[in-house]
Amino acid sequence: MERNPIRRQLAIMRQSLFDQGHVDEQFVQLEELQDDANPNFVEEVVTLYYRDSARIILNIEQALERKPFDFGKLDAYMHQFKGSSSSIGAKKVKAESTLFRECCKSGNGEGCMRSFQQLKKEYATLRKKFGAYFQLARQAGPVETASRPK
Amino acid sequence: MNVSSVKGSMSISSSTSTWKAGDTISDQFPAGLRVLVVDDDPTCLMILEKMLIACLYKVTKCNRAETALSKLRENKNGYDIVLSDVHMPDMDGFKLLEHIGLEMDLPVIMMSADDGKQVVMKGVTHGACDYLIKPVRIEALKNIWQHVVRKRKNEWKEFEQSGSVEEGDRQPKQSDDADYSSSANEGNWKGSKRRKDEEEETDERDDTSTLKKPRVVWSVELHQQFVAAVNQLGIDKAVPKKILELMNVPGLTRENVASHLQKYRLYLRRLSGVSQHQSNLSTIISAQDPTFGSLSSLSGLDLQTLAATGQLPAQSLARLQAAGLGRATAKSAIPITLVDQRNIFSFENPKLRFGEGQQQHMTNKQQVNLLHGIPTTMEPKQLVSLRHAAQSVGNMNMQVPPHGPQSSQNNPLLMQMGQQQQQQQSRGQILVDSTINHAPRLSSMGQPILSNGMATNVSSRSGIPENIRAPGYSQTPSMLNFPMNHASELPGNCFPLGSTPGVSNLTSKGAFQEDVNSEIKGSGGFMPSYDVFNDLNQYKPQSWELQNVGIAFDSSQHSNSLQGNLDLTQSALGQQGFSSGQMNGHNRSAAVASKAMFSTGNVKELRSAQNVNQHLNNLLVDNTIRVKSERVCDASPANIFPDHFGQDDLMSALLKQQESVASSENEFDFDGYSMNNIPV
Repeated sequence: MERNPIRRQLAIMRQSLFDQGHVDEQFVQLEELQDDANPNFVEEVVTLYYRDSARIILNIEQALERKPFDFGKLDAYMHQFKGSSSSIGAKKVKAESTLFRECCKSGNGEGCMRSFQQLKKEYATLRKKFGAYFQLARQAGPVETASRPK
Repeated sequence: MNVSSVKGSMSISSSTSTWKAGDTISDQFPAGLRVLVVDDDPTCLMILEKMLIACLYKVTKCNRAETALSKLRENKNGYDIVLSDVHMPDMDGFKLLEHIGLEMDLPVIMMSADDGKQVVMKGVTHGACDYLIKPVRIEALKNIWQHVVRKRKNEWKEFEQSGSVEEGDRQPKQSDDADYSSSANEGNWKGSKRRKDEEEETDERDDTSTLKKPRVVWSVELHQQFVAAVNQLGIDKAVPKKILELMNVPGLTRENVASHLQKYRLYLRRLSGVSQHQSNLSTIISAQDPTFGSLSSLSGLDLQTLAATGQLPAQSLARLQAAGLGRATAKSAIPITLVDQRNIFSFENPKLRFGEGQQQHMTNKQQVNLLHGIPTTMEPKQLVSLRHAAQSVGNMNMQVPPHGPQSSQNNPLLMQMGQQQQQQQSRGQILVDSTINHAPRLSSMGQPILSNGMATNVSSRSGIPENIRAPGYSQTPSMLNFPMNHASELPGNCFPLGSTPGVSNLTSKGAFQEDVNSEIKGSGGFMPSYDVFNDLNQYKPQSWELQNVGIAFDSSQHSNSLQGNLDLTQSALGQQGFSSGQMNGHNRSAAVASKAMFSTGNVKELRSAQNVNQHLNNLLVDNTIRVKSERVCDASPANIFPDHFGQDDLMSALLKQQESVASSENEFDFDGYSMNNIPV
């Protein structure tokens, strides 16, 4: 257990991200890539993710405004989005993406709309959580995370 | 790694680095593995890069397939492995995979969030050596070096063709020679060559293993010098060392000459007939079968699978050929017969590779493996078809005298060969070559498909580009390739002086390859070329047959379209500055010949091809043009054949092929190869 109160809080936050199912094992992979040379690697990646995926979200929104739905295109966009989300370990977002794609494949327009709304919610929630988490992480200073002194 | 040479004649102390041609960190392997990662998703790209760096690899990242390809082309030996995403906006990952396989023959790993069986299967059939499901974990990346090792290992195995050969440091030439000496009756020259190789390789090997030899461009002048030297020495007595001395070209190494000589010899052999090869081949095959056993069975399976799936693009064949050719150069021995077939298919590739010494050897090896595998299974058939082709070609040659001037004009090769005997032979050879080149390099028989399949297996679907390239090299028309992107490569490999711009290739290609044309039509743009090539690859099996027949025998009709195409080509050539008088002449004659050669189906294609060719020419896209030119090139040599060479038989053969292919051509605009449609 971290003695430093900030570190302790950080650890708790981190744990809740996992416990609540917001992130999965892939997130740990990212954390393991973080080292002294790249002390803010995880934050950089997540920031990049939110920046790039915003573009895809916009594309999907625009596509959903055109009736009838071009399910092929929607599916392609979501495939992209899913790939990105899964690479940072965004578990809930990824799950919702899968649902959306299934709706596309079955031509379920309504399902797509609903799924997309849900997805955006999860996406926004995670963003807030990450924001708080990384802010705290910066305060905590150089992170030791799981690495132990050799 | 220190591998003691079995032969023992060469010290391989410095050859550890040969293991990884351009990589001198073999001791730390896999650290330092040069990885090129391509992914349009910046998040994934960033993560992958970081992971690869954590694996101690040397990483280069690209977010566009085009960028990746150009990086690979700029520095062919600068990468060991490529990781590519499947879904990319500018180019389909599988297309990139094909290109890489054809051009660079590097191991490629595909990645995707899509884990559907179809997609994974596609990766396999396209030749990806692995498929990773995203999100990619670092553990998966820690092992990617195995693909590099495996590929090279296989090449070596193929190369050596002997069970006891050690991998890695063995000099391919040496082992090959040794292996072949017992089974091949290629003649004394092989033995002497081998000896020479052994002595000289030791010296050169150390050098080449650590140095990257610049590719040798076998320009017209250089080749002429070479031919002059060979003739002076006498074809049977011409040994690389002496040739090198006679040529007295600074910077040219014995190795360069040796590989070129080997190809040249094969070329001549083809000209002079296949019977000799047959006997050799059967001998070789039987001798080598045990060795190839596993490989051949594999290749056979692959071939069949590939053939079945219609994915035996010429590229694979080309690759195989290239590999074989590469091998051939390495080993002057047996593989002559084997190599012949391979060589027929792609002069360029092996040469390309070879030019760079060790590195090239490696690449060659890769290719060679394929070929070796194939030859074992395919050889007899190939031989047969080759023989047929050769015979017919030979016959045609005989009758061609009146067309001699024309044909010689058409084929720079012919011009070069220039000697009477050779001329005739070369003509025939060219025909054969073209035939072979056109079709997945094998004569029109179905067999070729199998071998192609093999190639495909190994090289994935790079087929078209490769095939095209290879043929291009051996055939003058295909010189196109030279000017295009890989100018250095092409010239080196082709015997014919290749100044023929790809344009000409395009035109002839249009003529010959229906599918190509149709595709071109559809694509109408640069990008489509990729699709075209894809389709072409698929088409290959059919088109091979057709092409083979067509090229070798057929020549009539659609002169207009063909002519038009050729004209385009020529003008394009002018633009590209490749106007070599020869080539233009070739193109014209080729055009004439092509006209005659084409069946109805072709005409349609030609027309569309014209448009496309123009378009393509303008685009001057390396890939497209190169590919096209290659294909076209192949076709053009065939054009030389006049009508009256047993056309009836040819036509019927052609018809048969056409019919067989007709059904599969539905996707193209033309009605297939039916003889009856001769839109003019």
